[in-house]
Amino acid sequence: MNIFDRMMSLDRRWVFLILALVCVITYVWPFSIPIRTTHEVESIYNYVDTLKENDIIFLGIDYDPNALAELHPMAYAIAEHAFRKKLRIIFVTLSQNGPGMADQAIRDLTDSLRQDKVYNGVEYKGRDLVNGVDYVFLGYKPYPGLVILGMGQNFRIPFPTDYYGTPLDSLPLMKGVLNYDQVKCVIDLAAGNVADMWVVYGAGRYNVPLALGMTGVMGADYYPYLNSGQVFGLMGGLLGAAQYEKLSDNSGPAIDGMRIQLYAHIIIILFILMGNIGFLMSRREKRV
Amino acid sequence: MKRQLPLVLVFVFGIFMIIQYFVPHESSEWIYEFFLDWIYIIGIFALALGIWSLIRVSYDKIKYRRPNWQYAVITLAGLFFMIWYGFDYGRHFFSAEGLRNYMFVSFFEYILIPIQATMFSLLAFFIASAAYRAFRARSALATLLLLAALIIMLRFNPYLGSVGNYMEEMAIWLLNVPNLAAKRAIIIGVGLGIVATSLKVILGIERAYLGRD
Amino acid sequence: MEAMSMGTFIWTTLGAFLTLCIFSFLYQDNPFYKLAEHLVVGVSAGYFVIILWHNGLQPNLFDRLNDGNWYLLWLDSSKPWYMIPAILGVMMWTRFSRKWSWISRWPIALYMGIATGVAVPLEMKNRVNVQLYSTMKDIEWGSFLGNGLLDGGSGLAELIIFLGTVSALFYFFFSKEHTGVFKGVARFGIWILMIGFGASFGYTVMGRISLFVQRIQYLGDWTKVAWDDVSSGAFIVFWFIVITIFGILAFYEIIRFVNKRGTQA
Repeated sequence: MNIFDRMMSLDRRWVFLILALVCVITYVWPFSIPIRTTHEVESIYNYVDTLKENDIIFLGIDYDPNALAELHPMAYAIAEHAFRKKLRIIFVTLSQNGPGMADQAIRDLTDSLRQDKVYNGVEYKGRDLVNGVDYVFLGYKPYPGLVILGMGQNFRIPFPTDYYGTPLDSLPLMKGVLNYDQVKCVIDLAAGNVADMWVVYGAGRYNVPLALGMTGVMGADYYPYLNSGQVFGLMGGLLGAAQYEKLSDNSGPAIDGMRIQLYAHIIIILFILMGNIGFLMSRREKRV
Repeated sequence: MKRQLPLVLVFVFGIFMIIQYFVPHESSEWIYEFFLDWIYIIGIFALALGIWSLIRVSYDKIKYRRPNWQYAVITLAGLFFMIWYGFDYGRHFFSAEGLRNYMFVSFFEYILIPIQATMFSLLAFFIASAAYRAFRARSALATLLLLAALIIMLRFNPYLGSVGNYMEEMAIWLLNVPNLAAKRAIIIGVGLGIVATSLKVILGIERAYLGRD
Repeated sequence: MEAMSMGTFIWTTLGAFLTLCIFSFLYQDNPFYKLAEHLVVGVSAGYFVIILWHNGLQPNLFDRLNDGNWYLLWLDSSKPWYMIPAILGVMMWTRFSRKWSWISRWPIALYMGIATGVAVPLEMKNRVNVQLYSTMKDIEWGSFLGNGLLDGGSGLAELIIFLGTVSALFYFFFSKEHTGVFKGVARFGIWILMIGFGASFGYTVMGRISLFVQRIQYLGDWTKVAWDDVSSGAFIVFWFIVITIFGILAFYEIIRFVNKRGTQA
């Protein structure tokens, strides 16, 4: 086996080890990289930023723990931004293990909102978030497409009570809130085809303005909906989350993670180059 | 009765739902809402089948001492404890109090989240190794795929200087123009596929969901 | 690092231990991985049971029937019609019986009818028609190059989107043989598709890496607490976990090695 063959057939455990080492070293070594924002994320930020106090936004936490790395930072950044602007949020989850994710996010956000913070030069006083007044968490129901249709008629059809068992009519936020007509937009953070269902059944039937936050795997697939105006914004993967964090001046795990991401990409690209150099050279040798 | 009635039911409900979309009359809306309301309840019962199946498989594994049966005990223990805590130690069956139970929440946050999140993070290693082994410029098409992927991966790289800016612009163009065209073709294809399959089900041509006699 | 109570630290440590158990699979399959894998299946199923109960059956069924009596099958409640979906739901359970499984076809038929019926017009409108409309927008010949070749809103971009979509669709169209001009169209279609798949792959790499990055952040935060908080004994717990995992893995390897030698001999 010559050197080029070796370059092509490195044991995969070496690849694992090198990737892990690079990521760990980058994590320990503190530095930051500039994040450039794109139009599709800016439009979500601007939409939320221009809403008025007490307006309601609808946030879909449609992911399980396996996508928390990418979508939790989005949920935290958007909800923090909205709550600081005194908007109200209806949370819902159409993913099996989503209730725990939403519950965790709400608890963390309640803690965070108690502190005074400065975002983009504006000082926001800390306050207590009240369940049923500042936010409502509807909980979970299976069969996402049909639940989205049900909520389009009346939130009370699929969700007679909220996650904690309180009837929706006894929650102050839900007074006069019947369906999507009373919410300003739906921002769905999805790790799967729930995103399609929101496009087809939610925005498609009930004309509610829709934006999507997606995992990286889905990131490139939803541009046609942006182009056709079926969604007004897209956030793809950790980079999308980092952009929202940057726009809302709320640096969190996404911006921190991007530096590790950068070096992981560099090392993977080096591996790809190494494999290709080996491949091209060994092919040339065989021809000779 | 065994096969014909279900086919009639699918046809009637399917056609009603299609007509309802085009004729949103008050009475049709009322029936539509009624059915949506019912379907969640039926669906939940259906999901219980999956849980029962898991219990039966694990129980059989232990009973017949199949290979690795010890792990089935752990599965059943996890299931049992989660249910026990979820009903707040059996104190709250008909109130959602159990959802706030300390152990229930902790099991989710410190057992379910770490394991599920880490299981999927293993894919980082597998995709790195797959990229290294399979991403070869064997042909013009493979090279095109490779280049598109590299541009997307390099787009936020600050070390490339002015090339980086160009790479960023190129990535945005790539996502918004050729990628958009490709994904649009796929979306249209998927849409037509779903419509065709749905019509086949409604018209009784596709009957796989009925199972065998 | 924020101060962490000992209770939270122990829970976080359990999370870290389970994280390392799963990572040990990268070396090879082993009992630690199997333990964590089977544990999560049970916990996840149990979690689902509780969520379906408290968030599903309870509000949508039991609460609506609760003013009735069970011995009258809740038919005396104010909303007795909710017994119908409940009965249909129970009919699903005949699925496991060979003799009675045909009964489960009725609720399945109801579900299939509703799900496919709502899908037909909405899928046609939103995935097919709207996408076709936006492909067939007027091309701006006046600003064909816009602000340069990489302008996503220029006439050229619109033309590429139009031609790309049509050719990529044609690539999947097999009723007409791909020869002559059609070969060229299909060829352009596959180029466009390859760029699309490349973009998806690039994004997928990013997505998968970020999952690992999050786990490093979790473990990193955990070790920081262990290091900073020596007085509470967290430091000892940390090393105990690390040594236990590596110790048992090494022990496991030695046993395997000895067994292998034994079988060879």
